[in-house]
Amino acid sequence: MRYEKPQTVAEAARLLTGEKGLSRILAGGTDVLVQLKAGLVEPDLVVDIKALPGVRSIVAEAGGFRIGAAVSNAQLGEDKAVRALWPGVVEAANLIGSTQVQGRATMVGNLCNASPAADAVPALVAAGAVARVAGPGAARDVPVEKIPTGPGKTKLKRGEFITSIFLPARPPRSADAYLRFIPRTEMDIAVASAAVSLTLDEDGRIAAARVALGAVAPTVLLVEAAAKAILGSRLEDPALEALAAACSAAASPIDDKRGTVEFRKDVVGVLAKRAARIAYTRAGGQS
Amino acid sequence: MSAITVSTTVNGDAVDFICQPDESLLDALRGRLGLTGAKEGCGTGDCGACSVTVNGRLVCSCLMLAAEAEGAEIGTVEGIAKGNALHPLQQSFLDHAGLQCGVCTPGILVAAKALLDRNPDPTDEEVRYWLAGNLCRCTGYDKIIRAVQSAAAQMRSA
Repeated sequence: MRYEKPQTVAEAARLLTGEKGLSRILAGGTDVLVQLKAGLVEPDLVVDIKALPGVRSIVAEAGGFRIGAAVSNAQLGEDKAVRALWPGVVEAANLIGSTQVQGRATMVGNLCNASPAADAVPALVAAGAVARVAGPGAARDVPVEKIPTGPGKTKLKRGEFITSIFLPARPPRSADAYLRFIPRTEMDIAVASAAVSLTLDEDGRIAAARVALGAVAPTVLLVEAAAKAILGSRLEDPALEALAAACSAAASPIDDKRGTVEFRKDVVGVLAKRAARIAYTRAGGQS
Repeated sequence: MSAITVSTTVNGDAVDFICQPDESLLDALRGRLGLTGAKEGCGTGDCGACSVTVNGRLVCSCLMLAAEAEGAEIGTVEGIAKGNALHPLQQSFLDHAGLQCGVCTPGILVAAKALLDRNPDPTDEEVRYWLAGNLCRCTGYDKIIRAVQSAAAQMRSA
């Protein structure tokens, strides 16, 4: 195994494209090092991207924020401005692992590890976040929901890697929230999860919404029918029931040691209702 | 594999060492530098026995390559005492019997110090959540929480 720490995106792309064997990209390493230790992967090349320009910073951009690929979730959680604009994204990222893991883990790593149960990803999808993909060609921007294609698989081509995630600007009266179910209070992997991002009109009715679900399908799901179910409402009970039903219908989970199909389909609807209520209150809605 | 030379700072001292590309920081600290305070419990970031600080940030040294330490400031449990004078946290763990077998203790001391450096007056709940990534199979945690809170009180009044 070779370890390289390129100083430029072009150099990183050249290293990754030129490697004939297996390569891995290293930022926080909280997934990659576990895989190395377990012998699940034996890479010929590890490219540490932490010296690339901008990857360790959070920068205000066009009313939103650009989060570098090597920004740790702890660093993200300490940024009051990001927390104020996208509280659901930050709470999701901050749920991952222990204090020690938070000190290294990144949202881009969570996205590229491509676990259907990744905590940050539903919140990013609900937020309409956009990943900047670098590689041998020109950089391109890809909606976060288009990156994972299945457990452990992404759409990134050979030599490509993500350098940042962009969280867009928000209209007034907007907020988001993320909830997961785990059997413990801390340090566990989501059995089911839901993220809701919404914008209210001046009358407190939902004018725009995005609902994303985790751990109930091979990838995180963006559920348009669930968003439609609450549009125009003030989250009255029928709207919440329709939201839950749409989420349960969209879910196609597996049975495993952490939960059954029936449990996951039911709970994901409950989580969506509760996340919607939290987002609604954060956006200033009175229910 | 070709060896890598790493220049870093450990507990305030400039240190150079040579490591393999796939060697963890934990293995380098223990095997190359003789700093055996950090322990390998799980090796996968679950137990926290290998906790160190890197540029002030609490991390698991088993989840970091030694090569990544180039230019960084590393803090380990060996740097907590000042010569023969124990840090208040260390004395408090002795006074409150906050350890039995002791394997988790170096990691918990490093983690607890990182907490008190940021928050000198945490609630019990904040201590418990902060230390959720430090597993102790002996004490049942209550004595650990008491030891941290007692040290925090002492450090506030110092």
